[in-house]
Amino acid sequence: MTAALIFEQVLNGLQFGLTLFLMAAGLTLVFGVMGLINLAHGSLYMVGAFCCAWITQQTGSFWLGLGGGVLGAAAAGALIEMLVIRRLYDRDHLDQVLATFALILIFSEGTRMVFGSMPLYLNIPAALGGTMALPGVEAYPVYRLFIILAALAVALLLYLLISKTRLGMRIRAGESDREMIAALGVDIKTLYTIVFALGAAIAGLSGALVGALRSVQVGMGEPVLILAFVVIVIGGIGSIKGALIGSILIGLVDTLGRIFLPVILKFFMENASANSIGAALSSMLIYLMMAGILAVKPKGLFNATN
Amino acid sequence: MKKLVSAGVAALLCCTAGVAQAEVKIGMITTLSGGGSTLGIDVRDGFELALKQAGASDVKLLVEDDARKPDVAKKLADKFIQKDKVDILTGIIWSNLAMAVVPAATRKGTLYISPNAGPSALAGKACHENYFNVAWQNDNLHEAMGSHANKADYKKTFILAPNYPAGTDALKGFKRMYKGELAGELFTKLGQDDYAAEIAQIRASGADSVFFFLPGGMGIAFMKQYAQSGVDVPVMGPAFSFSQDILPAIGDAALGVANSSQWGKDIESEVNAKFVKGFKEAYGRLPSLYASQGYDAANLILSAMEKADVSDKDDFRAALKEADFASVRGDFKFGNNNHPIQDIYVREVVKEDGQITNKIIGVAIKGHQDAYASKCRMK
Repeated sequence: MTAALIFEQVLNGLQFGLTLFLMAAGLTLVFGVMGLINLAHGSLYMVGAFCCAWITQQTGSFWLGLGGGVLGAAAAGALIEMLVIRRLYDRDHLDQVLATFALILIFSEGTRMVFGSMPLYLNIPAALGGTMALPGVEAYPVYRLFIILAALAVALLLYLLISKTRLGMRIRAGESDREMIAALGVDIKTLYTIVFALGAAIAGLSGALVGALRSVQVGMGEPVLILAFVVIVIGGIGSIKGALIGSILIGLVDTLGRIFLPVILKFFMENASANSIGAALSSMLIYLMMAGILAVKPKGLFNATN
Repeated sequence: MKKLVSAGVAALLCCTAGVAQAEVKIGMITTLSGGGSTLGIDVRDGFELALKQAGASDVKLLVEDDARKPDVAKKLADKFIQKDKVDILTGIIWSNLAMAVVPAATRKGTLYISPNAGPSALAGKACHENYFNVAWQNDNLHEAMGSHANKADYKKTFILAPNYPAGTDALKGFKRMYKGELAGELFTKLGQDDYAAEIAQIRASGADSVFFFLPGGMGIAFMKQYAQSGVDVPVMGPAFSFSQDILPAIGDAALGVANSSQWGKDIESEVNAKFVKGFKEAYGRLPSLYASQGYDAANLILSAMEKADVSDKDDFRAALKEADFASVRGDFKFGNNNHPIQDIYVREVVKEDGQITNKIIGVAIKGHQDAYASKCRMK
């Protein structure tokens, strides 16, 4: 167990956390601004990945696919906002959960009807293949570094958008008092559609980026969605900053836990039980952490509504 | 999501009077949605293909989706047994689901034919006369890979599998046969799809080979990330990590990898040719080993139906145990614990006519029986 290996695992944890951030950012934005629980966010992630895989197969260019994935997810987001989500803002959370759960089923079966149940092929572009040396790490996959940078860029752009632009000002205003901002003559309907499509676009970007690394298949979004919910609960619902900190925290705890917990347990018990207990414990670790944080800060680390 | 397969309503209406053989009702619980659904879909399609090819009009197949959730599988089993009164249950893919369903169902007197999951508990002490496994005991393909690793002269293998019954069985099976030392051993989360941390451990361990058991989407993710990581240690695994349902999604990264299977589409026999051709025609894709297991499960049941009436449980069980059907994998018989005794092959991932698929390159173990049979009290 060398320092270089620990550093590499920290980097892996950071990268895993930042992919979660891309999911959590859209989710928390939609919840913060519109007060909507959107279970179908994972489906938008899947739409992004499938659009990207399909366009990449047709054109041979991953970059066109990536753009297509973002646009496809944004379009799907705008569409469901106008058709379904719009009717849910005034309803309570249970109705929202039911309706967006139905959307998950519709998206999953729809995707299966169009693409079949086999996973699609999507690989990273050749330009980002291979590895590079980092201080202390002899070979780190370039594509993973690219994901880290892309996620940080999205975080920065979101920060600038929300705190420096007119649209961001309206989003913040809508967050605090939607009736007042409507009374001031801002078209709140269009604003909501834009915010929802923006969240969907980030989910689609995440699906396309991560799909190339993992697998593109029906149902790929739901496991990520669960983690994204953990992130926004820890970070404070509605807070982009909270989502960033929360996701990095989850990424680090999950990655380091599942690698180093068995190693640590080996000091106390025999190998076989250290392995299985370590694996079992590490899969609970993030939920234990969530429980711990909520016990101290019931509204999460950064509560946006304060 | 319910689907009835029979020879059609017309056939049923015309034959309600006169035919002696009672209709056999089969309840299939399998994974048709979410991650891992390709496995269940292949088992179902293989099973239905066998029924269709046999023109079986006296079988009623009810199919339900368990979504890879043990509680859902349990509920479906209760529904099938109590409400639909099925004679036979089948279809479960995942061992943790099988453990939730099989012991209770077989105790109640329902027959269970496993087309996939073969947890060690059910092969040993908890074996049951109503439980038949027509695929393999979980350890089998991994044992074969352990013995392949010896032949390939690997001395320091890194092994990893998900932390659930089939995962622990997998690593136990590999270690039972493997003679070299282990560079490391890791259990991952079931459904995990980012393996950066595990791959870093493999690189740091100085392993000369990697053995992994990661079925479905997990295997796709691992192989893609492994290929990008620059680690060039050879990998191997059971067929589940390189089955036909996931190979196209892995792409060229899988070429040349050795994997073990009790079946391959290139086994030369009349029934295998009929199966592979029929499957391609009916579904427009190559069959995976899961499809072959579904196909064999249906043919096993059909063979027993020819010899015995399902209402006479003792007769029917005896007929099942004879395994008097042509398996697509070649020689097949049941051991004392109702688990297969069979040859296990080594396959290599190759490209044929632009399609990525498996080719048998040798036999890993001949006439192999699982290690738990002696713990089972059945004769």
